Amino acid sequence: MEQSWKQAKSVFAAALSAPLAWLVLFFLIPMAIVWAYSFGHNEGLTQIAITGTFKNYARAIEPLYLKIFLKSAGAAGITTFLCLVIGFPVALAITFASPKAKAWLLLLIMLPFWTNLLIRTYALIAVLRNEGYINKGLEAVWNLAAKVMPLQPFQPLEMMHTNFAVVVGLVYVHLPFMVLPLYSALDRLDKSLLEASLDLGAGHLRTLFKVVVPLALPGIASGVLITFIPALGAYLTPDLLGGPDSQMIANVIERQFKRANDWPFGAALSFLLMYLTFVAIAVQALLSRGKKTGEAV
Amino acid sequence: MAKRSPPGPLEYLRRWQMQAWLAAVGVFLYAPLIALMAFSFNDSRRNIVWKGFTLKYYDKAFNDSSLIEAFANSLTIAALCTVLSVALGAMIALVLWRFRFPGKTVLDGALALPIVVPEICMGVAMLVFFAKVMPWPVGLPWPLNLGAITIAHVSFSFPFVAVVVRARMASFNREMEEAARDLGAGEWRTIKDVILPHMAPSLVAGSLLAFTLSLDDFVITFFTAGPDTVTFPVKVYSMVRFSVTPEVNAASTILIVLTVILTAVALKLQGDPAATAGHGGEKA
Repeated sequence: MEQSWKQAKSVFAAALSAPLAWLVLFFLIPMAIVWAYSFGHNEGLTQIAITGTFKNYARAIEPLYLKIFLKSAGAAGITTFLCLVIGFPVALAITFASPKAKAWLLLLIMLPFWTNLLIRTYALIAVLRNEGYINKGLEAVWNLAAKVMPLQPFQPLEMMHTNFAVVVGLVYVHLPFMVLPLYSALDRLDKSLLEASLDLGAGHLRTLFKVVVPLALPGIASGVLITFIPALGAYLTPDLLGGPDSQMIANVIERQFKRANDWPFGAALSFLLMYLTFVAIAVQALLSRGKKTGEAV
Repeated sequence: MAKRSPPGPLEYLRRWQMQAWLAAVGVFLYAPLIALMAFSFNDSRRNIVWKGFTLKYYDKAFNDSSLIEAFANSLTIAALCTVLSVALGAMIALVLWRFRFPGKTVLDGALALPIVVPEICMGVAMLVFFAKVMPWPVGLPWPLNLGAITIAHVSFSFPFVAVVVRARMASFNREMEEAARDLGAGEWRTIKDVILPHMAPSLVAGSLLAFTLSLDDFVITFFTAGPDTVTFPVKVYSMVRFSVTPEVNAASTILIVLTVILTAVALKLQGDPAATAGHGGEKA
């Protein structure tokens, strides 16, 4: 049982003060300042007056920026969906693998996840660009085919600086985020339920959709959340792989702070992103709570 | 084992469809990285057709003083960040594990914030903080000039350490602590001789986690770094923006190898990779 803090005040105070001070000073205060700025406006070149205006938020939901928000949500949604489709069989395979194979498969999934994000994105550039591995491979095949039949000279597929590249990049980066929570949910399943379903004549697909998916729903929900949130706020992937029309919300925020020098507006955009994150977390918490009470009844 | 029986109903891993799917995912995840590493040894600037083995790009990378400086900066920041994060993370984990106190739920929630907040939001918050509230003096001697970045890194790393340490402390038998007290050990003695030894594996795991998180971070560093405090990812970013060159491949390969070694050590120390699966799953 936990101890009341009053029973060991000196230990409590000594252990709490430093981390709490750090959290407040170097995290909560900076966030609070950005939040305050989102209700202010530029005065002169460097001063920001906090006036309690909602002008920045109003501007953030103008069609131009609303479109970028929707586009970011769309890209993150497609990414999450693709990660779920690609990752679910992987998580299923890991769950039912032998202990040794399981350890190796988990390691294989986790290793890219520990590798630097920038390096992974850079590796994709080398694959996707016009002189990249895919286009060079296609060109080789095309030239072989051209020897047999008359063909136009090879035109490389334009993949870099497109929305396609951004989604590929986001899936590439976020796949482990989806597989790990899915695996931990599937691993807790009672396997005899699956066996029962198969025994009673349901096929594998039917068992999957009628037994596995409903039981693993909380894990699927947390995988979706854990993938969706970072994908929504992704900065590096659209910056390096995307073109002028595939900018996501994080790129717009960066521009406000670094180039456009409109901090209040950037602050409002960044807090809209925060609010969206909180809404997503709250929805997920509600869903999993509803699920739990549903089971209790 | 000699005779292969047909796969059992739940042995999904032994079905060829599943194996093909796993192989495809493996190629998707690894082919770009392996190509990147392979072409760092390629004797051609074009980086696309294999022209022969060379180490000249490593030589170039090692003689590029700005790259070396960025690398040294990154390692220094990661080391400082690890020490601070482990200390702070262990302290707050101890408080949350051991005590009941008013405002505990709020503290718990606040501690989860740096983990869930989008990186870009935290990046701009750090930019604003170090521009307006606590301007970090320019021109300080190394390593003091790295202070702002280190502070930012600790802010997002120590909550992760706290998660790892708390997970470990859940398996602590509180009777041990009572026994120590009964036998006459004071508060501090109990912490030092009974609680810390139990915590130790999670401190190692947490420090490796903090080290990797710090070494990997680009977005938050990008917003806190000044012109004279370039870290390795920020340096690579400026090189990548420019073009795809073998030097970047060489530099990246060094970092990948370093990460793989660190991960291997972490897993070895933790024993079971499944135990680390849940940790750090929330942050890029």
